[in-house]
Amino acid sequence: MPATPNSTAAIVQRCQDLFDDLDFTAARAWKDAAPGRKVVGYMPVYVPRELIHAANMLPLGILGGGENMEVIHGDAYYQSYICRIPRSTLELGITGKLDFADGMLFPFVCDVIRNLSGMWKLLFPKVYTRFFDTPQNYKDEVGGNYYIEELRELREGLEELGGARITDEALRASIEVYNENRRLVREVYAFRAATPWKAPSSEVYLLMRAGNVLPVEEHTQLMKDYLAAVKAEDRPMRDNCRVVLNGAFCEQPPLNLIKSIEMAGCYIVDDDFMLVNRWLLDDVPADGDPLANLASAFLHRSAETSAKFQPDEGEKGKYLIQSVREKGAEGVIFAAPSFCDPALLERPMLQAKLKAHGIPYISFKYAENSGQMQPIREQAGTFADSIKLWSAA
Amino acid sequence: MSTQDVIKEASMLKQKEMIANNYDLLTSTRGHGRKVASTFVPGNLNELIMCFDMLNNLPEINAIQNGMKKLSGGYITEAEKGGHSEDVCTYVKADLGMMKRGNLAPNGKPLPDPDLLLLSYTGCFTFMKWFELLRAEYNCPTVMLHVPYQGDGKTTQNMRDYIVKQLKEDVIPTLEKVSGVKFDIDRLRENLRRSAKAEDDLVWVLETAKNKPTPIDAYFGGVYYIGPIFTAFRGTDDAVEYYRLLRAEIEERMRQGLGPLTPEGEMKEQKYRLVVEGPPNWTSFRDFWKMFYDEGAVVVASTYTKVGGMYDLGFRHDPDHPLESLADYCLGCYTNRNLPQRVDLLEKYINEYEADGLLINSIKSCNSFSAGQLLMMREIEKRTGKPGAFIETDLVDPRYFSAANVKNRLESYFQMIDQKRRALASAA
Repeated sequence: MPATPNSTAAIVQRCQDLFDDLDFTAARAWKDAAPGRKVVGYMPVYVPRELIHAANMLPLGILGGGENMEVIHGDAYYQSYICRIPRSTLELGITGKLDFADGMLFPFVCDVIRNLSGMWKLLFPKVYTRFFDTPQNYKDEVGGNYYIEELRELREGLEELGGARITDEALRASIEVYNENRRLVREVYAFRAATPWKAPSSEVYLLMRAGNVLPVEEHTQLMKDYLAAVKAEDRPMRDNCRVVLNGAFCEQPPLNLIKSIEMAGCYIVDDDFMLVNRWLLDDVPADGDPLANLASAFLHRSAETSAKFQPDEGEKGKYLIQSVREKGAEGVIFAAPSFCDPALLERPMLQAKLKAHGIPYISFKYAENSGQMQPIREQAGTFADSIKLWSAA
Repeated sequence: MSTQDVIKEASMLKQKEMIANNYDLLTSTRGHGRKVASTFVPGNLNELIMCFDMLNNLPEINAIQNGMKKLSGGYITEAEKGGHSEDVCTYVKADLGMMKRGNLAPNGKPLPDPDLLLLSYTGCFTFMKWFELLRAEYNCPTVMLHVPYQGDGKTTQNMRDYIVKQLKEDVIPTLEKVSGVKFDIDRLRENLRRSAKAEDDLVWVLETAKNKPTPIDAYFGGVYYIGPIFTAFRGTDDAVEYYRLLRAEIEERMRQGLGPLTPEGEMKEQKYRLVVEGPPNWTSFRDFWKMFYDEGAVVVASTYTKVGGMYDLGFRHDPDHPLESLADYCLGCYTNRNLPQRVDLLEKYINEYEADGLLINSIKSCNSFSAGQLLMMREIEKRTGKPGAFIETDLVDPRYFSAANVKNRLESYFQMIDQKRRALASAA
């Protein structure tokens, strides 16, 4: 029987199609729909998409080429000991798959992505390319003032690119649009944490990925439709354990890896995939100075990840323990991309904190094109079994 | 000449004595009571640290010392056994492993736990995680100085203001608190004045490599020349004296028409003039160097000797603008510059130092340096017409130094330069 347009199957299929489409057809169609439209790409972990939206441009999340992209040119630019996301991103650029992107933003996440910003400048000199720095000092009068000025520079750059001013009014309206999007993202995550059998992570992942390529308003509607559809659907609960997945905030794992973890008996009840969707933890005030509001939200109410400095040792890793407690998780899976400095340097610190709290964990590495899932399935399956046995004891 | 007969010039003896004294001070804090700040080479605030009578301990330098003494391999294994990934920086693991094995300084005595981790965050992501890891071990105060990256190839007033504010509101108050010494800006000015004097002499020395033959090797010799100014001595009388001695020695070498000193004596024949990008390998430093001088290859300019400050582009610490000057210093360090700036610099070096080509020593541990180097090499070849070559080693992990591979690559590269010369000669 064919799926109705708003059925879970249809929504998930649409997200899957967007995920598989390395030509970014939807984003190209958006650009072609009206003259003068611009598209600005961005990489993980976070950029203030509100500014791009307020400039009437489409923010386009770039997360590498994934498992289905054959990397030929990209490998010629990188040594074997560097992760895969910059190679496949360059491959996207060199093969013309991003030729419609008028701008590219490279946020602060690590030295590889930072240096990729310079490579982009050299290889694609006509593209508006910016390394987007964020403060590691979280005092309003120090890091806050610096960040407001960075936001102002980004705004000016986008104004020049678009040939039009970005007014405070437009920015406040965009903040509201993104507030609604973030509310829905939180709702989907909360729903999954409460009933993971109804919203499997492989679906939630695709739903969140769709937010990278669709206009934000469409993505928000898609999440509403998904929630309505899965709530109405009867899906069986399995005897799975509940885990938090950590370390996959930049280079993404293959979709099969997420499916493999679930098939091995683990419900993922929290994760750090695509943090940009949930970076700001609450609504950003839509009145007053929009840049100051975005800065304040970044300093005081943004997600924790290893790309940020944690000034207080007592706070280190607390977010992960809180996530485990609040989501009722029984363990943590550390899944980090090979050669990922932020995730791999952070991991021993987080593991020490979990150990101190008696929270079990396992660790493995992946690349976006990892093909062999059997070892992951076995490891995750053993972890799930040990949690169940341990809990029963 | 055997390696036992290495010639020691006055500047070398002076530096050796400075390093030994510093380690003696560091390992005797119980006696004299001075506080210790651990910090990094790029964005090193030595002049400021000295204002608080504190000592400066640099984990990168300890890792280098351990690399050269063949101790780092064991330390890295120790850290990996403790759960640190084989994929991450070996400076970090050498440091953590050294701590697990008693934290012994080169003088054989244990280093004290730091009283402060001064996280001068300039040009390297790993620094941030490194000191978070150390903080968990030492449980001591940590203060961050975030230096923004020159993403657009320039510094802005916003970046400078941000650094100065951090110095005023976080770094200096923390140093005061830890040391119990009140900040005196005039003392900082004096230190900066001495820094600038030493910096003048260092630049003079590095630029002598424009001569043919060059009296110095600006990479293998260069790492010794930058030693005092990149570490615990910038702003001291000792550093001024060291660079005065060094300059006099190089002047004398030039007067006599001598080539650079190597561990096996004076380098006689200079067949290839190279610019080198990237840090050296430390675990086989002497063997690595020998592969060059045996073939008559001399390095006339290098980027590694700029990680702790880009003095040859004109920057000097300025006593009249002390905090702003520290900000400009941090912003300008080599790995805080974007890739187009780095390519421009290499092109300038190739041209101004009349080099035969660019050699990149790509370091597994260091993504800050390494990510993008293959594109840099292509750009330089395109812009200068000079051949580039690429070798891969590591900083202090002996598992990643394959002598035969490196030697093969270098020999092929020198042949390539010869061929290029012959082709040019026949075209003329």
